[in-house]
Amino acid sequence: MVNPAPGAVSAITVAKELDRVMRSDQGRLLAALAAGLRDISLAEEALQEAAISALAHWGRSGLPRSPQGWLLQVARRKAIDRLRGTTREAQKARALAVLIPDEGATQSETIPDQRLRLIFACCHPALELKSRVALTLRSVCGLTTAEIARAFLDTEPTMGQRLSRAKAKIAVAGIPFAIPEADLWPSRLESVLTTVYLIFTTGYLAPPDEPRDLCREAEFLMRLIDQLRPDDPEIEGALAMMLLTSARRRARIGVDGISLPPSMQNRSLWDASRVAEGRAILARAMERLQPGPYQIKAAIADCHMAEPGPDWPQIAALYFALWRHEPTPIVSLNAAVAIAEAGDPTHGLAIIEGLEEQLRDYQPWHAARAAMLGMTGDKFAAAQAYRRAIAMAPTAPDALFLEQRLADIETQENVQPDA
Amino acid sequence: MQYMLLIYNNPVLEPAHGTPAFKQMMDGYFAVNERLKADGVLRSGDGLQGVETATTLRIKSGKVETMDGPFAETREHLGGYYVIDVPDLDAALTYAALIPSAHFGTIEVRPVMDYTPAG
Repeated sequence: MVNPAPGAVSAITVAKELDRVMRSDQGRLLAALAAGLRDISLAEEALQEAAISALAHWGRSGLPRSPQGWLLQVARRKAIDRLRGTTREAQKARALAVLIPDEGATQSETIPDQRLRLIFACCHPALELKSRVALTLRSVCGLTTAEIARAFLDTEPTMGQRLSRAKAKIAVAGIPFAIPEADLWPSRLESVLTTVYLIFTTGYLAPPDEPRDLCREAEFLMRLIDQLRPDDPEIEGALAMMLLTSARRRARIGVDGISLPPSMQNRSLWDASRVAEGRAILARAMERLQPGPYQIKAAIADCHMAEPGPDWPQIAALYFALWRHEPTPIVSLNAAVAIAEAGDPTHGLAIIEGLEEQLRDYQPWHAARAAMLGMTGDKFAAAQAYRRAIAMAPTAPDALFLEQRLADIETQENVQPDA
Repeated sequence: MQYMLLIYNNPVLEPAHGTPAFKQMMDGYFAVNERLKADGVLRSGDGLQGVETATTLRIKSGKVETMDGPFAETREHLGGYYVIDVPDLDAALTYAALIPSAHFGTIEVRPVMDYTPAG
């Protein structure tokens, strides 16, 4: 390269800067575009075209003062060009009405953060839960289709089709990019929190070598939602629950590869700063005196970490409170376990036996029943239930834990005749 | 955007003619109609006669086949519809929730296809 033009920048510098901006601000740029266009695919395509223009333009004329502002402005123009060619008159008119006034805005403007609107669109209950999860990870967190497919054990084409269908439904069915009004807020927030929680639990149960940590993505989303909508007790409750649960992550599997419940974990492996932050956020939420299911779940996670061991009577009381919000057999099962651990295994077992029809195919029901039969002294039935629970165990560490419990019971059995 | 709200009723669960529940349902429909008109969103809407009056038709090898009965023998039947013009799906869902049949049937919300050519 002889005598570069004044202001010209090397291709490598341009590519690096573009990569940096897209990594840090893609979600924000996409949200700003999609909220105006009401169409995520169109927003993605326009942003992609703007990025390609940036490679050529920034190399010739130098890096813009605000690369984000430049990208947004160029992407809006690209979107307007595409919309002028569209045949869907109503959508075109509406989107152009939103975009054209924005076009005159200067590049250095601060980009309004529309990510909460994007999140509410991606998590709309008119979309299937798995599609909500995939679309939120793709659009807000910037995961690739391949990464999402891997996390949910799907092939990339299948996940790609799911994403396309969801984006098309948002555009064609007119799903709004809006923060819901007060009357819709509770049900729509629940839809968002369910989506983020599923991202979190998928990450929590994934093997430790997964390239994209979905727990971290869920935490990023919860912190973002909390920042964009501060002082909401259920948002704070969900964030607290994730912090308190993920604090125990490193202690979850013992040295022998055995899955351990909180009461048997090595407490020194718990992340103290996460525990402290989770407790502080939960305390702040509860001061607002508007209890809800996520605050209760966070309080349960907190009680599991009480000194010197889990506060079972309190956990039982909290599950009863949760049942009023979520009257599901799984909540009843957890309440039964807490009652048994708090000292009344006969009562706990009676509740569990009553859930057989609903939970017969649910592995934790068999594991809990086995433990309770053991507590009430019915060793033979307990051993049988353990064998069933081991056969159904979702992961090898879970099976190992149950095999150890079964071995304990069988040893006691063998010892008894001699005693 | 225009949406069609398709009202599917289950005749078994629908309140019987002459009962207080039936009157409540009719009052509910009257209230929805008034509300849709007052808000200026109603484009059209009607109830349909029962499925026992339905006739289905298809053309097989160029020959018109006419049959007695509805398209599909299901428990819930299309019993009526509204076409409304509202800004987005949330607005359409809010109106759909006012339809009395939502309590004992199902309301399907479908966007109407936009055929207007580009100007």
